[in-house]
Amino acid sequence: MTDMVAAALRAPESLSERSLEDWDLLVRQARAAGLLARLCLRLEAAGLIDRVPEGPRDHLVSARVLTDKQGRDVRWEARCVVEALRPLGIPVLFLKGAAYVVADLPAAAGRLFSDVDVLVPRDRIDAVEETLARNGWAGSDMNDYDQQYYRRWTHQIPPMAHIRRQVTLDVHHTIVPQTARIRLASDSLLEAARPLDWPRGGMVLAPTDMVLHSATHLFNEGEFDRALRDLSDLDVLMRHFAAADAGFWTALVDRAAALDLVRPAAYALRYTRAVFDTPVPDDTLDWACRGAGLFGGRRTLMDLLFKRMLVPNHASSRNPGHGLAQWLLYVRSHHIRMPLHILLPHLARKAWRRQVGEDTV
Amino acid sequence: MRLADLARDELNRRLAGPGLAVRTGPFVFRARTDVDLVQDGLALLYADYPVLDAAPFADYHVSVLPSRGPRRWYRPQVHFALDEFHPFRPFPRDHALPLFEWGLNWSIATTVNQYLMIHSAVIERGGRAVILPAPPGSGKSTLCAALIHRGWRLLSDELALVRLDGSAILPLARPISLKNRSIEIIRDYLPEAVLSPRCEGTAKGTVALLKAPSESVARKQEPARPAWIVFPKWQAGAEAAMTPRSKADTFLKIGENAFNYSTLGRTGFESLARVVDACACSDFIYSRLDDAVAHFEALAAEGEGTP
Repeated sequence: MTDMVAAALRAPESLSERSLEDWDLLVRQARAAGLLARLCLRLEAAGLIDRVPEGPRDHLVSARVLTDKQGRDVRWEARCVVEALRPLGIPVLFLKGAAYVVADLPAAAGRLFSDVDVLVPRDRIDAVEETLARNGWAGSDMNDYDQQYYRRWTHQIPPMAHIRRQVTLDVHHTIVPQTARIRLASDSLLEAARPLDWPRGGMVLAPTDMVLHSATHLFNEGEFDRALRDLSDLDVLMRHFAAADAGFWTALVDRAAALDLVRPAAYALRYTRAVFDTPVPDDTLDWACRGAGLFGGRRTLMDLLFKRMLVPNHASSRNPGHGLAQWLLYVRSHHIRMPLHILLPHLARKAWRRQVGEDTV
Repeated sequence: MRLADLARDELNRRLAGPGLAVRTGPFVFRARTDVDLVQDGLALLYADYPVLDAAPFADYHVSVLPSRGPRRWYRPQVHFALDEFHPFRPFPRDHALPLFEWGLNWSIATTVNQYLMIHSAVIERGGRAVILPAPPGSGKSTLCAALIHRGWRLLSDELALVRLDGSAILPLARPISLKNRSIEIIRDYLPEAVLSPRCEGTAKGTVALLKAPSESVARKQEPARPAWIVFPKWQAGAEAAMTPRSKADTFLKIGENAFNYSTLGRTGFESLARVVDACACSDFIYSRLDDAVAHFEALAAEGEGTP
């Protein structure tokens, strides 16, 4: 089973040799991975897009056009959210994809967006929800159990969407779930956050923190539908930050240690380098892996698990043991997030509802 | 090779196995299905389409397959997939053929940005195209079905594929989805038309699919120049009347009917503007198909001989 997408992103020039059969599978894998548009941008940047046969080229360019549009929409939505919340006088911190857009980072280009994520101070969450509701954002339909689960155990209120624009807005009040064993020093992240020129009043995480947040999300959340895209985001972000600041790699591992996020940092460094040839310096990687205890048997095990997930979400790129690895990482993510006495009833409830065919959180 | 040239068991073998690659307009789809309703439907409706023996690249890998588990036998269900993605919930097995058509439309409508896509029927005569945008229930498909059997060529019943420079509309001749009363109306009006079996109780009511005329399918490589935009409306008892409408208003209304107008941004605006500029725009009210045919005959005669 092969992942053609990572290879294509690593070396777009190799694609001129590809047959139409290869393109057929590559386009499907890249679409499943959410990386079709990013691949298009790589080819356009290398001046190679016109050498792609017309069939696949139409799909590449069409996907890129869609991400351009979504980027415009996210930018506008971000402005609307900041404007709506301005009377509250609170910082509005953009996270993940929306942050890449408003901070004009290359990780925004060619990226599909499913929602806009913002973080607001926890003690103002009720005022935020009310203000948004008054300005046209509506909560989604959700049963009481899901509502309560969200509010009590996760790091966000139930998703909202503006009634006219229909962009989903996830309002977070903590960066990781309240029950997480890894206690992120949220205050320290907020202190280091950077104010934006536009939309004024908006903020994004500092470069190191943005990478650590993205890494924590990818390696601790237990959802891998878009794992290769998320890993590519990390690759693009780290390349960009390291090119702008020679001290970035050192700052990253220092910050990871200060925030108790050395493990996700180590995974991010190890797997971006393995999959996308990210220029992670050897000493940075060694230091992070030692700090995370990522060697010997643990490293072998985590490689077996994560490398199965870090492929396009397409049958043709999966390896044997994929399902088992996915299940183990899913359980692990809940184990990281929740104490066992909360976790077991929750998983039991989800399993039951899957049986009876209800949607689950 | 045309699909009709394939023996039925060979057709079914391909559909149930590696998939059957068919060209429709600028797209190649590779279909997989072991549902007999879809196999029969394809054999009937797609008989004239070119089958690609060795198609190395397909734009859309689509399938309609039975749901697994108890729903294979108890009130059986089928689901549509674009490659491995299931955009819809499962459908009752009886609706498998319309589901295939809707799924293919969905696949095109959500992935194509190399053309401006307007939700409308398009017919052609003498190289000039009439764009017929209209909301469901306006009688667009009924009108289109009648006209393509009375001297006009079918470019599309659902999707106008407009080149981004606004200069031409590409053919995407596919079966026409007739709903509810239009099925009987067309059966009476066009005894020669080939219709799929009726499918009752779908989200859109009763549906039957009308086979695209062979000539329209054969002329799949011939684009047409946008020349008219006509908003049709069927109204009981109305005398047929073609009323001019302003270009500005037409632009706004047709923009709402374009799937990817805002996705294309400035390009979308410019190509739509060129289309509207090049077209005579009007509203058309009718109650009898014969009147409609006559009015469109007059339209075609307008400016005949001008390039």
